[in-house]
Amino acid sequence: MKKFKIGKFFLYLFLIVLSLLSVLPFLIMFVNATRSTPEIQQQALSFIPSTYLVNNWRHLMVGAFNPFVGFQNSFIISAGATILAVYFSSLTAYGIVAYDWKFKNAFFSLIMTILMIPGTIAIIGFFQFMWQIGLNNSFIPLIVPAIASPGVVFFMRQYLQATLSLEMVEAARIDGSGEFATFNKIVLPIMKPALATQAIFIMVGTWNQLFLPLVLLSRQQLWTMPIMVAQLQGNIYRTEFGAVWLGLALTVLPLFVVYALLSKYIIAGVALGGVKE
Amino acid sequence: MKEKKSKNKYAKYGYLFSLPFMITFLVFSLYPIIYTFMISFSDLQGVATGDINMLSNPFQNYMDMFNNQTFRTSLQNTVVLWISNFIPQIVLATVLAAWFTNKQLNVKNSGFFKTLFYMPNIITAASIAILFGALFGAPTGPFNDLFMRFGFIDSPVHWFRNPTTARATVAFIQFWMWYGSTMIIMIAGINGINPALFEAAAIDGATGIQTFLKVTLPQLKPIVLFTLVTSFIGGMQMFDIPMLLVDRSGPDNATLTAAVFVFNQAFGGARLWNRAAAASVILFVVCGIIAGSLFFFFRDQDAIAVKKAKKKAMNALKEGNA
Repeated sequence: MKKFKIGKFFLYLFLIVLSLLSVLPFLIMFVNATRSTPEIQQQALSFIPSTYLVNNWRHLMVGAFNPFVGFQNSFIISAGATILAVYFSSLTAYGIVAYDWKFKNAFFSLIMTILMIPGTIAIIGFFQFMWQIGLNNSFIPLIVPAIASPGVVFFMRQYLQATLSLEMVEAARIDGSGEFATFNKIVLPIMKPALATQAIFIMVGTWNQLFLPLVLLSRQQLWTMPIMVAQLQGNIYRTEFGAVWLGLALTVLPLFVVYALLSKYIIAGVALGGVKE
Repeated sequence: MKEKKSKNKYAKYGYLFSLPFMITFLVFSLYPIIYTFMISFSDLQGVATGDINMLSNPFQNYMDMFNNQTFRTSLQNTVVLWISNFIPQIVLATVLAAWFTNKQLNVKNSGFFKTLFYMPNIITAASIAILFGALFGAPTGPFNDLFMRFGFIDSPVHWFRNPTTARATVAFIQFWMWYGSTMIIMIAGINGINPALFEAAAIDGATGIQTFLKVTLPQLKPIVLFTLVTSFIGGMQMFDIPMLLVDRSGPDNATLTAAVFVFNQAFGGARLWNRAAAASVILFVVCGIIAGSLFFFFRDQDAIAVKKAKKKAMNALKEGNA
């Protein structure tokens, strides 16, 4: 019995150490965002906030880093991509589940194959293609491709198979509802929980992506939050430690807010994604 | 007859509703992939014009890549960085998952711990890279400060000047960002195991560790395979952290990954589109071969295990008869 207690003590100690490992980097970041560069140089690790937040802000805004522009652009792109991905993936999944058509199974196998293709393979061709049709420095190549999101279709199909009753669809037909209207007015509302879960992940995933926006968007007014973060490496911030910490804190803050509000759903969603095998 | 007709009547909606997906996929995924292949056989360099001239030896770019020491290093680095973050990640995730699902252990506040362990995964990787770049700053950085206060080190360590510590840092960040996610998937996997198996083990008097090794782990195999393959495909494309943490390549290209190599070739000034395309095709093929063999290796192992069990059962049957 006693042995068990000691074991448990170490177990909790280990869990607490891991928790600290998750929290500490962000805690140091938020504290250092309020400290001056000389203070940080003297002692880089401190848990006592200082009073240089406004001063750091002034130094931060001298360079290319602009959190407001970044936030706005990232929001437009990720909101657009999320709406398209969620809506059209549901529509595609409904097309697979509700109707019998000849190439349905082949189409679904294709979706599963696309799911396994690493995205890096297409990036050179994608960039060249977008350049030729003048869509570099545009949000379109970052939003519209979300219509074809194989992972989301897979999830939605599973959800529909478990929840959709075809009798209900049939009843709507008898009432004279068109197929498209049935999807929009009856099927989509049933799918709300699945839509919400997937929306969170697409939104965050799109918000965080760096490679594609970095190569496509060269105009500063179009830069997304991750591109803004990358600017903190620039020479102008080399000697302004306080400003760099503040810039970091500003890019992390929106995600902290989202996580604080939705962590329950996010963790449930990760679990669902894992058991799909 | 009538029913068949009505079925046919509605079949067109199946096509219609899948059409947006199909068109978008063809335009924004398949065409760029084919185009990348074409560019990899061409002389396309310099400013993006899109004009494609095939090389007289179409495989010249591929040969250049195979002979390119930097590219070979980048492939090696990618695999090394992936393995050295995946192994600790899957081990820790499995152990934590076993603890959190153990009813006898009854870990309190497990929801709280799960929330904290998963948290780094949701934060922008680009921010994480810059954050850790600052945390590992030298000579004055928070981690150097911390380690010196605890007496782990005597003088500040220049983490990003030494190939080993630079690599270790990248691997650690990947591990730190992903173990929580893997843990949650493992917990879901363990919760999905038939409870009767655990009850049977308990009746047979199995200890916690025996149950874990003999029941939990074998049942988790499909989930582990799923995690392995998705993590591998993700790992082969590792970009954000190595790109922003140590100035794109690190000391002696120690943290240069294949994706960063592709980026440097195409967007690093020289605009060597054809070689970047060839490099990404090679990466794609390597990915496909390894992911495929992971599947087959595990399937094979399963098949061998089943065969062995069958043979054993047959022998037992024979002996019983004799």
